[in-house]
Amino acid sequence: MKLDEFAIAELTGFAAQATAADVDRALARERRSLADFAALLSPAASAPEYLEALAQAAHALTVKHFGRVMRFFAPLYLSNECINICKYCGFSRDNPILRVTLTVEQVAEEARYLWAQGFRHILLVAGEHPHFVSRNYLRECVARLRPDWPSISLEVGPMETEEYRLIVEAGAEGLVVYQETYDRAVYAAMHTGGPKRDFDWRLDTAERGYAAGFKRLGIGALLGLAEWRWEAVAVAMHAEYLLKRCWQAQLTISLPRLRPAAGEFEPLIHLTDREMAQYVCALRLMFPEVGLVLSTRESPKLRDGLAPLGITLMSAGSHTEPGGYTGQGKEDLHITRGGRRIDSEGEHADVQFAIADGRAPEVVAARLAEMGYEAVWKDWDGVLNEDHRER
Amino acid sequence: MTDRAPKLRIAGRDFSSRLIMGTGKFSSGAVMAAALEASGAELVTVALRRADLSGRQDRFANILEFVDPKKYVLLPNTSGARNAAEAVRLARLGREATGSAWLKLEIHPDPRYLLPDPIETLAAAEQLVKEGFTVLPYIHADPVLAKRLEDVGCATVMPLGSPIGSARGVETRASIAIIVEQTTVPVVVDAGLGAPSHAAEAMELGADAVLVNTAIAVARDPVRMAEAFRAAVVAGRTAFEVGLAVPRRQASATSPLTGFLDEAR
Repeated sequence: MKLDEFAIAELTGFAAQATAADVDRALARERRSLADFAALLSPAASAPEYLEALAQAAHALTVKHFGRVMRFFAPLYLSNECINICKYCGFSRDNPILRVTLTVEQVAEEARYLWAQGFRHILLVAGEHPHFVSRNYLRECVARLRPDWPSISLEVGPMETEEYRLIVEAGAEGLVVYQETYDRAVYAAMHTGGPKRDFDWRLDTAERGYAAGFKRLGIGALLGLAEWRWEAVAVAMHAEYLLKRCWQAQLTISLPRLRPAAGEFEPLIHLTDREMAQYVCALRLMFPEVGLVLSTRESPKLRDGLAPLGITLMSAGSHTEPGGYTGQGKEDLHITRGGRRIDSEGEHADVQFAIADGRAPEVVAARLAEMGYEAVWKDWDGVLNEDHRER
Repeated sequence: MTDRAPKLRIAGRDFSSRLIMGTGKFSSGAVMAAALEASGAELVTVALRRADLSGRQDRFANILEFVDPKKYVLLPNTSGARNAAEAVRLARLGREATGSAWLKLEIHPDPRYLLPDPIETLAAAEQLVKEGFTVLPYIHADPVLAKRLEDVGCATVMPLGSPIGSARGVETRASIAIIVEQTTVPVVVDAGLGAPSHAAEAMELGADAVLVNTAIAVARDPVRMAEAFRAAVVAGRTAFEVGLAVPRRQASATSPLTGFLDEAR
């Protein structure tokens, strides 16, 4: 995909200046254009009476397309080794944190814990490291979990189509990769070391994954790095592009907001809860059928509040460090410096970021039930992952 | 009256109700069970991908527990399958897990509008009929495809009124009328029926049954909405059997051209 930065700039400019009449028009349409989407992101649309109207419309569309249900998934961190320097990320290679890569058996142990909690959709997460987190390692992890897990997704460093194909064949069906920021200048400033510096290679990851046979694609911008309306417009453009070209994939958009992490990075911009809500509503109104994902980065209050506006997928009870659920890998903790491990001791590996909703999965499910939503734990079946047609 | 049987008959089995229910999108299993009861439906479809197919009584995938097999004929569906091979595999596993050889064949490779793939659907239907399934395929309102599916032994055809969950009603009206005219198997209008009036319209057109899910599941009161659809289906069917008045341009036309024929009286 070639990012059309002129168009993004133009739409972002429009978003800043859109009038109440533009918002009215955008709200009235049945199918919305990117210009309508921009109007829904405008300061005009965040006026109390408009934001409520956005929320009502977004809620109605969500219920219509997804029903009164919330799908659940859990992240499982495999490794926090990483060869990239990303200023905002706890796993950044220059952070002297306690690191570990779980063995395949340890991964299975962590997964057993999540299975017992009810999860049937699992997201395997790891830092980018060709040695510790090799494609063979990932393939083995997927193959090990496949008999028990109806749905396995990955959030790992971008790979080549051929490498993805091996992982799809092992049984994975979802691929998540955030662009982090769609602002090239900010991207360059944030990613100062490692292969992640290549903006365009990362941007094409979802398409490579689709070509390899992934059935679910997740994208998103990490909110807190660049002007949020720019990011929102770029995400929408990326989504439109993928919906047309990767037409058989189920697309999801995540809304990760920057959280405290090792390295003490301060967000470059602050996105308010109100703006988060506006972003959720605008995405829903723009893409009625696209899944929206909200993680435990957000507080219980905000998660409960955003759920009816358009969120369709939630994690719960998450840990963002390898071994976080059952203490696996504790005996192997170390610091990695200059590619070398230095043995070290500690209670557990360090986290990627701090979570804000520590409620147990069944507590979140019970709260959603009170709100009139059923938690759906299984919404896929492994038998649907046996077909590996190339595209 | 038409020559159609008074009861809905699918694959040799009679149903008093012409409303088939879906089970997705409900706020809880209990609400779904209550809506099923209120709808009077006897045939109920469940997405296999939401059910436990592993045989380990997974309580986190227990949607089937809310569909009493003594009250309902279970119609598992292959929603999630993107091609014939996936649908066939899912169907086989579903038959093992549920014991039901009835199957709503759904193949929609496009997760956005969930529109059915005619080529894959025909291929899968042919295979599944051979394997002994009672196949009810979800299709676009394509009269030729309907005949082709009938030819390979499908128990019904299920043309869509409009995209799943869209609540747009019977947008495919003209094609559905042709399907009703041409097919020898029951015609079930599936998908897009957002209001009881849409269901009544489909029944008035001569559909043998309708399948409703979203409109009931996401209603403020699913039980009462199920009752409303139940009544609408009965009303539409009754009207069809009685025969609807033909709309006229003028009120009570006289016979200016043929009046002279009565002169002898």
